[in-house]
Amino acid sequence: MNAPGNPSEKMRTRRRFDTIGKPRRRVDGRAKVTGLTKFADDVVLPRMVHCKLLRSPHPHAVIESIDFTKASAHPGVHLVLTGKDFPISYGILPVTQDEYPLANERVRYVGDPVAAVIARDEQTADEATRLIEVKYRLLNTVSSAEDALANPEPRIHDYGEQGNIHRLQAFEFGDVDEALMGSDHVFEDLFFFEGNTHLPLEQHASVAAPDGEGKLTLWSSTQVPHYIHRALARALRIPAAHIRVIACPNGGGFGGKCDLHNHEIVVSRASMILGRPVKICLTREEVFYMHRGRHPVLMKMKTGVTKDGKLTGMHLQTLLDGGGYGSYGVASTFYTGALQTVTYELPRYKFDACRTFTNKPPCGPKRGHGTPQPRFGQEVQLDKIAEKLGRDPAELRLGMVAKPDSLTANWLKIGTIGLEECIRLVVEHSDWNNKRATLPPGRGVGIACGSYLCGAGLPIYWNKMPQSGVQILADRSGQVTVFCGATEIGQGSDDMLAAFVAEVLGIDAFDVRLVTGDTALTPVDLGSYSSRVTVMMGHAAIQAAERLREMIVDAASHELECSPERLVMAQGRVFLSEDPSKGMTFAEAIVFAETKYGTLGTVGSYSPPRAPGRFKGAGVGPSPAYSYTAVVVEAEVDQNTGWVTVPKIWVAHDIGRAVNPVLARGQVEGSIYMGLGEALMEEQIFRRLPAKMSHALVHKFPSMLEYKSLTSLDMPEVFTYLVEDPDPNCPFGAKEVGQGPLLPVMPAVANAIYDAVGVRIDEIPITPDKVLRALELKAKGEAPRVGPDHFPQVPYPKPVYVKTPWEGGDGNETKPADRKQAVAS
Amino acid sequence: MMKNVHRTLQVNGEAQQVSFAPYKTLLEVLREDLNLTGTKHGCELGECGACAVLVDGQPLLACLELAVECEGRAIETVEGLANGSVLHPLQAAFADLGGAQCGYCTPGILMTAKALLEKEPEPSRERIREAISGNLCRCTGYQQIYESIEEAARRMKEAKVPA
Repeated sequence: MNAPGNPSEKMRTRRRFDTIGKPRRRVDGRAKVTGLTKFADDVVLPRMVHCKLLRSPHPHAVIESIDFTKASAHPGVHLVLTGKDFPISYGILPVTQDEYPLANERVRYVGDPVAAVIARDEQTADEATRLIEVKYRLLNTVSSAEDALANPEPRIHDYGEQGNIHRLQAFEFGDVDEALMGSDHVFEDLFFFEGNTHLPLEQHASVAAPDGEGKLTLWSSTQVPHYIHRALARALRIPAAHIRVIACPNGGGFGGKCDLHNHEIVVSRASMILGRPVKICLTREEVFYMHRGRHPVLMKMKTGVTKDGKLTGMHLQTLLDGGGYGSYGVASTFYTGALQTVTYELPRYKFDACRTFTNKPPCGPKRGHGTPQPRFGQEVQLDKIAEKLGRDPAELRLGMVAKPDSLTANWLKIGTIGLEECIRLVVEHSDWNNKRATLPPGRGVGIACGSYLCGAGLPIYWNKMPQSGVQILADRSGQVTVFCGATEIGQGSDDMLAAFVAEVLGIDAFDVRLVTGDTALTPVDLGSYSSRVTVMMGHAAIQAAERLREMIVDAASHELECSPERLVMAQGRVFLSEDPSKGMTFAEAIVFAETKYGTLGTVGSYSPPRAPGRFKGAGVGPSPAYSYTAVVVEAEVDQNTGWVTVPKIWVAHDIGRAVNPVLARGQVEGSIYMGLGEALMEEQIFRRLPAKMSHALVHKFPSMLEYKSLTSLDMPEVFTYLVEDPDPNCPFGAKEVGQGPLLPVMPAVANAIYDAVGVRIDEIPITPDKVLRALELKAKGEAPRVGPDHFPQVPYPKPVYVKTPWEGGDGNETKPADRKQAVAS
Repeated sequence: MMKNVHRTLQVNGEAQQVSFAPYKTLLEVLREDLNLTGTKHGCELGECGACAVLVDGQPLLACLELAVECEGRAIETVEGLANGSVLHPLQAAFADLGGAQCGYCTPGILMTAKALLEKEPEPSRERIREAISGNLCRCTGYQQIYESIEEAARRMKEAKVPA
């Protein structure tokens, strides 16, 4: 039997598979095309009543009083709840328990919920919310990260670093100033990445209901049922054993359904009070307020290079606009710097980060979580470096790709790297060498790369337990049922689970019955985030399946009077490898196994390998493996309107192994789509209402029509190449594919625009007005660049100093005193 | 509370007697009063296309249509697409070729594509792009959707199945 996290050598190195790597209809595909997939809003229960939230029209205010007598008296209203009913704060991260299900004295953004009405139908509940009278005392609004630095008062929260600074972090790996001094060139650039939101097509919905024994069940659009289960028990002060969270398949997640949401707690509490099911479904406008999406990030990036194009060191500073609450923000802040070392060789690295509170919907994790912003900066800066050095940007990158099986300056362990192959593929297929700098004016190509986690090394609350668990039951009918807490958000979580088990047991994936994302029935899996599912759940599933396989093979070998090693399980049979005619069906073998061992059940679990970094803060960044991507974008710029058209994109992704190539391609193309939307149009931005109204800071356009995203008419042709170099730390070698391919899109677009018309847009999204402004500057002979022009004073702390692995470090912090001593000696 | 109206709606070839509040949209009556939850909603403002159904063969956003105005018209939803337990070629192709990821936009796109193939059995890629431009999908990047529709058209031509 294998230790957790180590699938057998035999499994890893097998060349031929029956299921893995074969394009298949996903196991849940039929339900999706027949309308039978049950999303949270499709859950309908007898006696169900409906909930509506009253939300704050003010971005920052103290609630002086709430009078809901009229609302309570409105016909059809069952219950009205306010902040007084929810005295306990909560938050998804243990260090930021700063939210209330309904505002407790203070509202912090337009859309912060202040009261809830539960009524016989949505219409009645909605009418009643309008009858609630709330008296607010308005406070000054903090509208941006810079605003937060300049205005420490009024404080949005009474915790954090100081004033309206939520979090400060600083790390230095090797002496970066020294590295920059010794460089042939130093590049310093400012970049800005505007916030944007997930825009899942499914609006968040939840149904809470007490069961016959008075215990709570919550069906919800969530990516993380385990975290919800845990946080809900705390927020409601009821034992976790009395709460069951069922994650319905999500109608798209992209990170937006990773928090415990206020409405989930409200309907849970309401259903416990009323003793009947309570449903809520957010309107699209409310989904914009729920947000938890991409942080706006201002960046300063100082990078040293040698004249032959090697990086010497980088100093990155980031400033995040976090919105009104903590959410995943502390982790997001780390991620604006943590993975900057994984793509290219970077001998020394310094990283300062600051997250501020502002009076806007809270930001959190969106596809790529905190890493697309600095990735944009680095890849655009590399384009500038290549130009200065007179190098082809693709060649320059090929010369600096990080080494496989190495440690980075910030102590991340890298396994396999297929990036060189990715770059060569997109260069070849896009005809890069004949297009770069040679296409007619207005047309250009740009390249960029990226890398991403295959699962965050640590869970969001400290523990050493497995991060994924899988249980398998098999019985004499030949049926195999697999239980796992992993959550289907469209990416194919269920299909991966079935595929891994099917491959090990030699049965058809479609014959595997799945029970997933249900905290009452399934072993804990941390959920669908950080691209962790394939790797972590995959390992756990393989371990459980191999344990079952051992019993089946053992029992069958007795019957066939041979040694177990000679048996093969494939195509629904157990047979002798040298004589396939000698054997039995899978179901017959199960009967022998159940006869010999009793009821058949096995479990598997997975914990990622311990990361080498030992310093405080080393927990964000480590992963069992990293995926790599290269992208070439072709762009056309209309010099009269600034309009950018992207006709073609080539993408190569180092996936280790594609478990189901149909789904893998879908993840790549979906990432390209979402990245291109971010590059050209998607932005979650705000405006002030006119002074004669409230002058409140409101969402500029909380609607799908005005929040621009790509339609089928805007989507370019995408050419996808999967690079398969199995990673030994991954199940059957399979790395992530759901997030990494998004990362290079935005910078590749910016670089293609530069190749087309010679202007730099150091800011995302690249809208036509910015392109026009840059073209005007160019025409006037001024620096043809649009982007941030200054970086404010941020009180970054003294960095945690850690020696790099190649400078005698051991992964621990070197205290300033020791460091001085070392320098002196 | 507004008094319900009583109407007979023709849904997927079956006459359904249904009682509902007169302000309800076709989307709400399908989902809430007829329990046909296969039709989805993403905005309820006519922006996303998730709720597209066919009314007299035309794709129509069910969130913008009052149910009272649908009496006597033939309403088709995703639940009526398969022939018994045999999937419509569009459904089969979407399932096989990755046309559905999360599956939330899928019913609306399937219905829109069905209307397209009824009019144009062999649409070009360009026509497909135009036809589904009112249906947002946040997962796929659309390519596997185009390929699914093209594959369905091919299979229907081979099998001589009318859309």
